[in-house]
Amino acid sequence: MADRLSSDLLRPVFQTSRKYYALVVLLGGIVLCGLGAWGYQVYYGFGVTGYNWPVYWALHETNFVFWIGISHAGTLISAILRLVNATWRRPVTRCAEIITAFALMIGAMFPLIHLGRPWLAFFLIPYPSERGIWPNYRSPLVWDFFAINTYLLASLLFLALPMIPDFALIRDRATGWRKKVYGLLSLGWQGTPKQWHRLESAMHIMALAILPIAVSVHTIVSFDFSMAVVPMWHSTIFGPYFVAGAIFSGIAALIIVMALLRKAFHLEGYLQPLHFENLGKLLLLMSLLWGYFVFNERLTAWYGNSPHEMNVFWSTQTGAYSPLFWTMVLCNFVIPFPLLAIRRLRSVFTAVVASCCVVVGMWLERFLIIVPSLSRKSLPYAWGSYTPEWTEIVIMIASFASMALLYVLVSKVVPLISIWELKAGDQPRLGATASVHETEAAGELR
Amino acid sequence: MSAIYGLYETPQGAQRAFDRLRAEGISTRGITIISSEPHEEWEFASEDRRTVMPWVAVAGAAIGLASAYLLTALTQQSWPINTGGMPIVTNWTNIIIMFELTMLGAVLATVFTLFVTAKLPAKLPKIYDPAVSDGKILVGVADPAGARLSDIERALNAGQPVAVHRMP
Repeated sequence: MADRLSSDLLRPVFQTSRKYYALVVLLGGIVLCGLGAWGYQVYYGFGVTGYNWPVYWALHETNFVFWIGISHAGTLISAILRLVNATWRRPVTRCAEIITAFALMIGAMFPLIHLGRPWLAFFLIPYPSERGIWPNYRSPLVWDFFAINTYLLASLLFLALPMIPDFALIRDRATGWRKKVYGLLSLGWQGTPKQWHRLESAMHIMALAILPIAVSVHTIVSFDFSMAVVPMWHSTIFGPYFVAGAIFSGIAALIIVMALLRKAFHLEGYLQPLHFENLGKLLLLMSLLWGYFVFNERLTAWYGNSPHEMNVFWSTQTGAYSPLFWTMVLCNFVIPFPLLAIRRLRSVFTAVVASCCVVVGMWLERFLIIVPSLSRKSLPYAWGSYTPEWTEIVIMIASFASMALLYVLVSKVVPLISIWELKAGDQPRLGATASVHETEAAGELR
Repeated sequence: MSAIYGLYETPQGAQRAFDRLRAEGISTRGITIISSEPHEEWEFASEDRRTVMPWVAVAGAAIGLASAYLLTALTQQSWPINTGGMPIVTNWTNIIIMFELTMLGAVLATVFTLFVTAKLPAKLPKIYDPAVSDGKILVGVADPAGARLSDIERALNAGQPVAVHRMP
């Protein structure tokens, strides 16, 4: 059983098909196009984008918030499931944690892409310099720097630590250069009881620490908006609203990635309908929560009837942005709700359909938070509009391709499902430390 | 270095061998157990469970908090910037930086403690067998006293091992 499990899950690491290389070339090509578009934007300046007064935050910021939101799929969900000891989490956690690491990296690129002179990004790093320029710790953008980097570092460690035993497993099976590389990566892991206990203790403590970090990250991303006195931004609900939205989109992304991995690597025996059903229930819960937050936000603005806010409000309800708003409601609530709530309709396919809708809907939500508020600021003379240009669109498409490319590349390096955790899940649960007398009973349990 | 070890298919077998080795007078610390998955509910894998890791994590968090306070407050005092009439040392906003670095301190201290207490990175141990990666559980004794080798081998065989190996 253990041997078959290892063979199944290590197959993608040891075997490479032509389709794999074709996919890498395709995705790599799209990423190169994105880099080219970014280079074009840097060389010619922001005039080549759709950014124009008064809308100076648009598609890049939408993608920034969207990807940071997607990053909540992994570490947060994994940490919660680990802490509540949900046994069905075992095949899911690593898929999710990888999403977090890559989504954060991609998301963190967008503030740099948005900079006219990205080579000056190091100004954000707090160190004494002869310029006498220190970061202003009152700026939400500096809060972002600390929050995102803390979350990224913690998530990478949370992802990497449980990989060590799996690297040791590959080390023992590999030959040649692979054996040497995995020998280094496994750090000489042996698998003594002391090492297992320390690893599990560390994962438990890190799960506890990462939960508040994850919540803080998206709260702080929401502060980028809510600290500004811009219509429909200056709201106390933004922190929890953003966090709920992030978890919502994160779960949706996780379901899509799991379905793709299941199909591509024939992992049907490991990523079972049960996992999709359980994640689907979480998605349903988040859909309801999202609807609750949207209703709260909209009702408060409408009831307050402030002229500045109502201009933005009506532009999204009946005006120029209304098609996007109602598409968002359709994608985030109207379609997923019946698909996930009606038991008879629940399946892997419907979970994926609902998740695709949610990802689209949540991207639209990020766009609708940013652009309408900036294009309908307090005074009518400061109104404007925004239409994206090809540079932003290509960069956005490349960001999705880079997520896929990174995932495809990492599938060659690590098993996408934690082998040792899956094996541990197969053990009989004895409830207490077993001694020699209990071994017979355990045999029966098996 | 000499050693003798058995490879077991099941934790029950490993537990039986472990018990017999102890009955032969070998201390728990003298018995090497290696597996490709945790078996924390079994007695043979329940030694060394006391750890200072949570306390080190708390200490790391405290160091992170103190560093963040010093970083923000000293910076703001050294280079005073008037931002919208806020105080020079703005504790409300600094709490965000302090929170992040507190948690970062806890995480880094946890990882540091893991590496130190689990002795990572390390060379492969004296007793090791790649069959462990195939799901076998290794139970063995390093540097056994020559006269007791047969007793140890008998104890290892009590767990019905897949194989018993002697090194060198």
